[in-house]
Amino acid sequence: MKHTNEKKQREAKINEKMNIVIVGHVDHGKSTIIGRLLSDTGTLPEGKLEVIRENCRINSKPFEYAFLLDALKDEQAQGITIDAARVFFKTKKRHYIILDAPGHIEFLRNMITGAARAEAALLVIDAGEGIQENSRRHGYMLSLLGITQVAVVINKMDLINFSEEKFNAIVSEYQNFLKEVKIDPKEFIPVSGMQGDNISNKSARMKWYAGNTVLEALDSFQKKKSLSELPFRMPVQDVYKFTGYGDSRRIIAGTIESGKVVVGDEIIFYPSGKKSTIKSFEAFNEPQSFAAEAGYATGFTLSEQIYITRGEVAAKKSEPPPRMTTRILVSIFWLGHHPMEKNREYFVKLGTTKASAVLEDIHRIVDASTLQYVSKSQIEKHDVGECILKFKKPVAFDVAEEIAPLGRFVIIDNFEISGGGIIRENLPDKQTWVRNIVQQRNSRWLKSKITCGERAEKYNQKAALLLLTGSSESELNNFAVNLEKSLFEDGKIVYYIGLESIASGLDADIDNAAIPAKNQKEHLRRLGEMIHIFLDAGMIVIAPIEGLTKDDIGLIEAMVNPDFIEVISFLDSAREKIDADLVFKQDDEFINVYARIKQVLRARGIIYSPW
Amino acid sequence: MAKENAADMSHLKELESTSIHILREAYANFKNLGMLWSIGKDSTVLVWLARKAFFGHVPFPLIHVDTSFKIPEMIEYRDRFTREWKLNMVVGQNKDALEKKMTFPDGNVDRTTCCKYLKTNALKDTLAGNIERLRFNHEKNQYETDPSALPFTAVVVGVRADEEGSRSKERYFSPRDKDSEWNVGEQPPEFWSQFKTDFAPGTHIRIHPLLDWTELNIWEYIEQEKIPTVSLYYDQGKGMRYRSLGCYPCTTPVESTSKNVSEIIEELRSGKFANIAERSGRAQDKEGGGLETLRKEGYM
Repeated sequence: MKHTNEKKQREAKINEKMNIVIVGHVDHGKSTIIGRLLSDTGTLPEGKLEVIRENCRINSKPFEYAFLLDALKDEQAQGITIDAARVFFKTKKRHYIILDAPGHIEFLRNMITGAARAEAALLVIDAGEGIQENSRRHGYMLSLLGITQVAVVINKMDLINFSEEKFNAIVSEYQNFLKEVKIDPKEFIPVSGMQGDNISNKSARMKWYAGNTVLEALDSFQKKKSLSELPFRMPVQDVYKFTGYGDSRRIIAGTIESGKVVVGDEIIFYPSGKKSTIKSFEAFNEPQSFAAEAGYATGFTLSEQIYITRGEVAAKKSEPPPRMTTRILVSIFWLGHHPMEKNREYFVKLGTTKASAVLEDIHRIVDASTLQYVSKSQIEKHDVGECILKFKKPVAFDVAEEIAPLGRFVIIDNFEISGGGIIRENLPDKQTWVRNIVQQRNSRWLKSKITCGERAEKYNQKAALLLLTGSSESELNNFAVNLEKSLFEDGKIVYYIGLESIASGLDADIDNAAIPAKNQKEHLRRLGEMIHIFLDAGMIVIAPIEGLTKDDIGLIEAMVNPDFIEVISFLDSAREKIDADLVFKQDDEFINVYARIKQVLRARGIIYSPW
Repeated sequence: MAKENAADMSHLKELESTSIHILREAYANFKNLGMLWSIGKDSTVLVWLARKAFFGHVPFPLIHVDTSFKIPEMIEYRDRFTREWKLNMVVGQNKDALEKKMTFPDGNVDRTTCCKYLKTNALKDTLAGNIERLRFNHEKNQYETDPSALPFTAVVVGVRADEEGSRSKERYFSPRDKDSEWNVGEQPPEFWSQFKTDFAPGTHIRIHPLLDWTELNIWEYIEQEKIPTVSLYYDQGKGMRYRSLGCYPCTTPVESTSKNVSEIIEELRSGKFANIAERSGRAQDKEGGGLETLRKEGYM
């Protein structure tokens, strides 16, 4: 009786859980090792083994432990593991979830799916075949995925007569490779999965080996270190206000990726730079809490209401901020059928942001199976590329080496997750100088009691900037005043402002003769700051700028929320091809142009129907 | 909580946080989102997790496929908590098959086919809005024909990887083609908490927040949160209880004297069921292609 109680107590205590992945080249025996682990730990449900044995008998195949995992029929037909299956077992120390990752190159995406969730990995190498392409590739992928706890299992030792010498040769060759990808394996274990040597029982046939069995190696892996000691980062998943359910709380929801926060902490959201203070943590069916940290899916309310949306990153004012730029140096592994090409547009998902980006440049492509550099003009399936990504709008992130969860992303091509990458460095772009000023400005901005939503409701319009461009300044200004008048007569709160208007007043201190190019930017910056104030006041601003360039737009976007900007261009006269929301010819009739502008404003929710 | 770090985070908190994250991603990305509620323990935990994720509310419809052969207590339970928790409840049924008596209890088709008609097809048609849907009207306290036939393009489902082989292959966000079919070999990659949330028109997504939970975790969580569950899971004095709930003609109870949640947890930990599959009381799993074939065609 006493014994049973002790057993119960012991069982009850095992709550620790660890995800592990088993990777390696195809047919090197990963599934056999898993099957053996399950069998040795007494994990198999009754009847499961019998069903598979029966299956093998019917198909006159010899029984293999691997069949246990090949749970799906079409898999067994092909004899290869298709997917990263999950298998559960437990030892005296903890519960394990094994994410079986297929070794076949075609299924690299499944290998990554399994491996990315793991806290530790077993890398399996066939003693008979030695190190193969995917032994290297998977090693490199583990490094990119940030998995540093690795044990190498040299399987099928029975095929080389349990030879210590041959084992050592493989160990030394593979160790050299792993060093290059910055993986320092905990140990190398000689095993025979098929015959059960050194899986859970010490092998009597390899007396020369004094190290851990596979099971012991697993139990000696450490739980992933908490990220609570790093700076606080929480990508905003959503801002909830369930007024329809009679709930007036406005809750910023997300999962904390790193660091910790307490009630009263000053928070800055990036990239907007908006600031507020944590008022309370909210939860359902839980005692009131006053702090939260890495790993927790949480939600909090703010003392001052600010307008933020999904995709922003919450950070603490007292800690180092995330980086912010439009250009980043990254390592990308590509999984898509279609290669990743320069200057094509992709969506990048980073934290909860989804941002449009282009591949600006490829520095080099690494063959993941040899670590040789190859020269290619595009990143092909299964390649790893070191390259520069350029975003349309600035994004907030961290360098992977510093705060891993905020330093990695996936790439969407044609609806599919087609690649992943880690951020090595942030690169300066042309707007860095303005962005630094704006960050300062936003963090020191004195807040009003009126929210921008309240203004929008009152004015029956959302703030917006209509940037007009063309080559004839007089015609542009002429159009701008007509547009202002028409919107005004339609009941909108609107203001027209041109560069010329501020040149002699606000800009009187600028000496244009000194360094004209830089001063041109300073003029634009001041105009941008003024526009920012008008937009904050809830107005629709019309700003004509003759010969507007992409850089100019970038600069204005760095100062004004890009979602507020509509660019209207008069095509036949533009100096540079810019990405305009609306394009007109110089001689288009005003009434038609106006109708189309209204249509766009309505579609963007800036003005509401009925007009 | 302040002194804890992720390594000390309780295993249930860890599972809960991941599930909440997934539910919030689903809600942020899909407009026509629904959640299947079979009234069983897993999907009830899922409803509870939604209330956690959305601070007491479930801001999308719950969908129940009523085969008409469910144990009556399950339906009573469903309607009670629909009222108490103010759920937006949608119910669908394959009336055609029931009227034509094309069911296993009527003796006209085998178990797997019956499942296909009353569950798989009923589910597909309910999601697509091809058949009449009933929606609970809280003001009138009754079900009414749902005027909306808008298809659900994303569905949250409470499957767990440890239930049986094919479920262990699932992604958290798993695409289904326009016929609800599942292409196991061509699943998207899924890593770093980034899920497939972009999809071509015509396809839909199944979302699986409970994938990493085990049967024991489910019961531990029910105990911790005091989630109300159907009494069929507990022994009423006859030494029998249901371990998995389904239609009464095809679900049999297991021998057990567990009368409450903590006794079930004890029982699961003791290893009494360690060697018996959870769904062993579900007859359809054993017939023909079984659950795997059903799932490829769109079963949960």
